[in-house]
Amino acid sequence: MRRAGALALLAPLLMGQAKPELVPDVSQRDIEIAYSFTGAELLLFGAILYPGGRAPGEGERPADIVVVIKGPTESVVVREKSKVAGIWVNAAQMHYRSAPSFYAMASSRPIRQLVDERTRAIYELGLDSLQLSPASGATPQIQQRFDSGLVDLKRRNGLFYEAPGAVEITGGVLYRARLTIPARVPVGRFTAETFLIRDGRVLAAAVRPIEIRKSGFERFVATSADRNAVAYGLVAVGVSFLFGWGAGALWRRF
Amino acid sequence: MDLYLPIANLSVNALVIVALGLGVGLLSGMFGVGGGFLTTPLLIFYGIPPTVAAASAASQVTGASVSGVFAHFRRKGVDVQMGAVLVAGGILGSLLGGWLFKLLQASGQIDVVIGVLYVVLLGSIGGLMAKESVGAIRVSRGARPPRARKRRHHPLVASLPFRWRFYASGLYISPLAPLLLGVFTGVLTMLLGVGGGFILVPAMLYILGMGTQTVVGTSLFQTLFTTAVATMVHATTTKAVDIVLAILLLLGSVVGAQLGARFAAKAKPEYLRLLLAVIVLLVAARMLAGLAWRPDEIYSVTAA
Repeated sequence: MRRAGALALLAPLLMGQAKPELVPDVSQRDIEIAYSFTGAELLLFGAILYPGGRAPGEGERPADIVVVIKGPTESVVVREKSKVAGIWVNAAQMHYRSAPSFYAMASSRPIRQLVDERTRAIYELGLDSLQLSPASGATPQIQQRFDSGLVDLKRRNGLFYEAPGAVEITGGVLYRARLTIPARVPVGRFTAETFLIRDGRVLAAAVRPIEIRKSGFERFVATSADRNAVAYGLVAVGVSFLFGWGAGALWRRF
Repeated sequence: MDLYLPIANLSVNALVIVALGLGVGLLSGMFGVGGGFLTTPLLIFYGIPPTVAAASAASQVTGASVSGVFAHFRRKGVDVQMGAVLVAGGILGSLLGGWLFKLLQASGQIDVVIGVLYVVLLGSIGGLMAKESVGAIRVSRGARPPRARKRRHHPLVASLPFRWRFYASGLYISPLAPLLLGVFTGVLTMLLGVGGGFILVPAMLYILGMGTQTVVGTSLFQTLFTTAVATMVHATTTKAVDIVLAILLLLGSVVGAQLGARFAAKAKPEYLRLLLAVIVLLVAARMLAGLAWRPDEIYSVTAA
């Protein structure tokens, strides 16, 4: 902290240009999924270090903060239903090599007021600026249709969302944002990115990893189902057999 | 009471799932069906991924049929020889079904196939049951004299080669007929997570020509083993058996099954059958509506 402060003080001398710095952190680096897991709430917080160690005054433009949490990317197939012979069937499909499994963005002001479209696309800021990589070649219109279908579905499942205004900046230097991660997220390595934006430009960015994994019994079940499939299946059958037989036997006694 | 399902990767209200199991168990005890045809759609409706729903429902049906099989064994209501042939067919069918499941999953048509199968099977079986039970109710009320039905198997069955004697059922037919029936129900068990009792019982009565005293016990015997095999096939291929989900369902269904069996002993069978027919037709209608109406979600995302 002190070093960062010192660096911030030195920054104008070193770069010859006044640029604020970011000191970000996350409330939890590891999220363990146990039996009672119904989602997690992450607090992303930190400080903006202005050159000279002072917050912007009345006349100056304050900087904005955008935080983004991304889930591990996955390869997915998006299918589109259409009516064939009176019933709705999956007709067209599009394969994406990598799409984020989870995406949440919070900002201190609506993102469109902060940066232009090009910058949004570079840093993937906002649901309409995600870099989805389709594997199959398709016309831009078709791809656009599938992109918005994917984003819309994920948004309604709570796996993609934007929270404009959810970042609070206190005294111009301390920021905090609360983002929730629903129980439906896949496990893996998540990232929490923080961006410092002023005058339509990203001045600083920082990334912190967050690990989400199953713990205890849940991890044991998931790994056994994957690695010892035969034993797992036998246990499942055995348990159902015991339950059925036990209930019948108990019932006859009373 | 929220509980995280480690395979389905989501948290559910445990009490809702237990209540669902209880309701299905009640029906299975009352009507002697596994109840898988209700569990799978209801689980999907609740938000469980279809594959996990079908795989876990299969293990619930295993549990639901165990006590029934024991009860019928005590009453000598199981034709073990016939059951063994059906189970052999069921194992072949589960493997075939597992292969089909993967194929359909890859082509993205699994949901549609499940939906269409439900509508066709439940619609036709429910319709037949409703017709039959209404007829039986009219007979019992004396509105119509009972029609004597000759117990005979279907002419196609008689044309099959290699006849065996099935002593317990009093039949002299080719084992190929029950084997094929077993294969068919095995495929259905894999695809739909159903035990197949609702197909098997009428098929044994009207196609194989078995007597009513061994039909239900033998059907449960086949259901028990085929669902166990289907659970194994799911565990090793789709890896979608959620043991926590299965236990929650079992907790409810085994209790429900016992309560249902007590209730069934007091009720008139033809009214029970009519009630079952109505439930089956309602599920079929719901599935048909799901296929015919514009769905809420036009797009679906699956891992590739």
